Amino acid sequence: MSSIAEQHTAENQEELFHFDHHHTDYEGAKLGVWLFLFTELVLFGGMFLALFAYGTGEYATDFHAAGKNLNVFKGAGNTLVLLTSSLTMVYAITALQKGSKFWSLVHIAITIILAMTFMVIKYFEWSAKFEHHLFPAKIGFLEAKYGQSDLKRAYSAEFAESGMSLAEFNKVKVDVNGNPMPDGVTAEEAKKYTHHRYTRGQVIFFGMYFTMTGLHGFHVLIGVALLLWMFWGVLRETITAENFGYLENVGLYWHLVDLIWIYLFPLFYLVA
Amino acid sequence: MSYAVNKPYYEDQAVVLADIYETMAEAGKTNKFFNFLAWLHTWVLSTDHKRIGILYLISMLAFFAVGISLGFTIRLELLWPGEQFISATVYNSVFTLHGVIMIFLFVIPGIPAVFGNFFLPIHIGAADVQFPRLNLASWYMFMGGALMAAMSLFVGYGANGVEWVAPDGGWTFYAPYSTTANTNVSMAVFAAFILGFSSIFTGLNFVTTIHRMRHPKQKWMQMPLFVWALYGTAWIQVLATPVIGITLALIIVERAFGIGIFDATLGGDPVLYQHMFWIYSHPAVYVMVIPGMGVVSEIIATFSQRTIFGYTSMVLSMIGIAFVGYFVWAHHMFTSGMSEASVAIFSFLTFFVAVPTAVKVFNWLATLYKGSIQLDPPMIWGLSFVFLFSIGGFTGLALGMVNTDIHVHDTYYVVGHFHYTMFGGGGVAIIAALHYWFPKMFGRMYNFTVAHVGWGFFFVGFNTLYGSMLIVGLQGMPRRYHDYLPQFTDLHQIGTVGAVIMITGLIITFGNLLIALFGGDKAEQNPWGGKTLEWEECPTPPVLINFYKKPRLDHGPYDYEGEWV
Repeated sequence: MSSIAEQHTAENQEELFHFDHHHTDYEGAKLGVWLFLFTELVLFGGMFLALFAYGTGEYATDFHAAGKNLNVFKGAGNTLVLLTSSLTMVYAITALQKGSKFWSLVHIAITIILAMTFMVIKYFEWSAKFEHHLFPAKIGFLEAKYGQSDLKRAYSAEFAESGMSLAEFNKVKVDVNGNPMPDGVTAEEAKKYTHHRYTRGQVIFFGMYFTMTGLHGFHVLIGVALLLWMFWGVLRETITAENFGYLENVGLYWHLVDLIWIYLFPLFYLVA
Repeated sequence: MSYAVNKPYYEDQAVVLADIYETMAEAGKTNKFFNFLAWLHTWVLSTDHKRIGILYLISMLAFFAVGISLGFTIRLELLWPGEQFISATVYNSVFTLHGVIMIFLFVIPGIPAVFGNFFLPIHIGAADVQFPRLNLASWYMFMGGALMAAMSLFVGYGANGVEWVAPDGGWTFYAPYSTTANTNVSMAVFAAFILGFSSIFTGLNFVTTIHRMRHPKQKWMQMPLFVWALYGTAWIQVLATPVIGITLALIIVERAFGIGIFDATLGGDPVLYQHMFWIYSHPAVYVMVIPGMGVVSEIIATFSQRTIFGYTSMVLSMIGIAFVGYFVWAHHMFTSGMSEASVAIFSFLTFFVAVPTAVKVFNWLATLYKGSIQLDPPMIWGLSFVFLFSIGGFTGLALGMVNTDIHVHDTYYVVGHFHYTMFGGGGVAIIAALHYWFPKMFGRMYNFTVAHVGWGFFFVGFNTLYGSMLIVGLQGMPRRYHDYLPQFTDLHQIGTVGAVIMITGLIITFGNLLIALFGGDKAEQNPWGGKTLEWEECPTPPVLINFYKKPRLDHGPYDYEGEWV
């Protein structure tokens, strides 16, 4: 970017002098947005770093086993939804550049609808996890609704002593206190044993899963707010074919949201 | 891709204002820009970079005073062994808040947000920064985070709802204590999170400004070194601060939801927290010091009336420090449990940072050589920076060496070392910058004799206080302890006496500036004979768009001897 900036400065030295270009410097605005996107990448990068530190070390097998609990179908569907929304975002910008306010609005609207679709699918995905007692240990209202979280205790010592494979270990039904279901219980009694056992690595996997997809979902919601703002701007014609810097920069942000999901999807859903 | 450029309102405005100013100047009327008694909204709603810089200056110095009070509380408590007047719990909160306030509210925003905001656009011949509204928003974030940090001292209640629990555990907020403690950690951590974003947006603004708004005749290697320092700092702020953002956010998430990432009972790893924390916080050390180096480069060149020695090596060493600074974080963790290979690599890289730092120190000395040195207050403070920071650097080498580090880790030696670098470096550079640019910023000149006396008290007190810490640390006094063995009494008492002397010096120094602010003599356009744009082209005090007309730039920033740089 420095080279672009330098080139630009060299080409129109006089024109680009500060008094003349201030507040209309689209290149500068874009540079600022790119820098902001770098910070977003580093923000998520910190979490990816933690994920790699855990997922490639002693918890590698745990991560593989835990990944099997995630619904690849829903994850892939969400990937498709977000990728499509990136496409419609590009259409929205191109339409505006070509002077069609109507098609720009249509495509912004589709992008918003797709973003909300992503969140709806996410809602069903998370709800399914909660019903299986999979949610971070300290969330009171979920505990009140679904009972104690299975992630509240990590059964590493028991796993080491059990002599079972990780898959077998995970299948053992336990009660809320972690006691395995004894043989020969009646069907009525067996209902108490609806919990599962997870090793430490799997607890971390789900902790990271909820944190990272949660933070990503938060970014999607911010994106929706920005897109609504863009819709309003195009409608009111403050964002036009001659002045589309805002729309383009929101588009950059939206692609970043998409890009981060492109990394989250394989690292969580396909790791199994 | 082509952009249609609208004719901005700003262009017309600038032309009109320039006309007005020129008329004003011809008529000999004074510039009312720095009317301190102006309506409040002309300050807190202003997007002018100079006013924002001064807002930062006022808030930063206010928090500096709070930080000093907390630090002095620590010194009084340590006057004798045993409990004097605050309990161990309160002591923990006091040193935690001392650290949080001094680091996040004083040293980090000190030079970039105050003097960077004020002088970066002037140094590059621009009218303002690239994103003036974002600039003001950064200040609001800063104040929001700052007030939250201050409030966290008073509003926290423990599980029983009665007991008062201010945040503790040190400014580093190490897990697992921070993730499990029954104190008001979340609020202090969230404050630091917000302050981090304020810092990011300032950095983002500066990088863009330097890329896009330089005077057409000012090429990269003709920028003043202060601008280069801000550029390196801004990149660190942009690329490192998000890591502390996410790390602190994870502490809050861990405390609120129990995800287990730093909790060993759930499979997490507390050492991971230390890694993620220092990946930001070590580069942040250079955020505190590099701008100071930029300031001192300006001061030393101006006050010895010499072209800065080795401009290119100055630039490269600054960028080198910023770059290598990313790869040394784990030297804070030699005793935390790492492989021997990692320890050796991080130890080596730590020594490596000393090389560009030494390049700068030798360049400063070479600049002084054969110069006509003028020992005015800014120069005295600037030279103290070099002296004190060198002591900080040398004591740091002992800490970078694994063998000695294991001996002195978490002792007062470390406390002495980082006060020499952070306060003797960053803090002294802030005071030096304040003395250097005070006449330009406020159009008033302060009393030199009083300034020298204040400096004398400060310098003696500083070395007494932190020098005694180095010694008591080598003797084995652990840091952050509320109590100590009787054999350390003498050195602790010497330290407290040093603190009294140092604070006296600071009161004299800032009192002198405060008196000058309202009653000082009118300052000249260029009292020090500087060669950068703020002295040669910008009126004193600066006008709204900085220059009466497009600034002339026909020589380099250090053109004392007919050279371009």
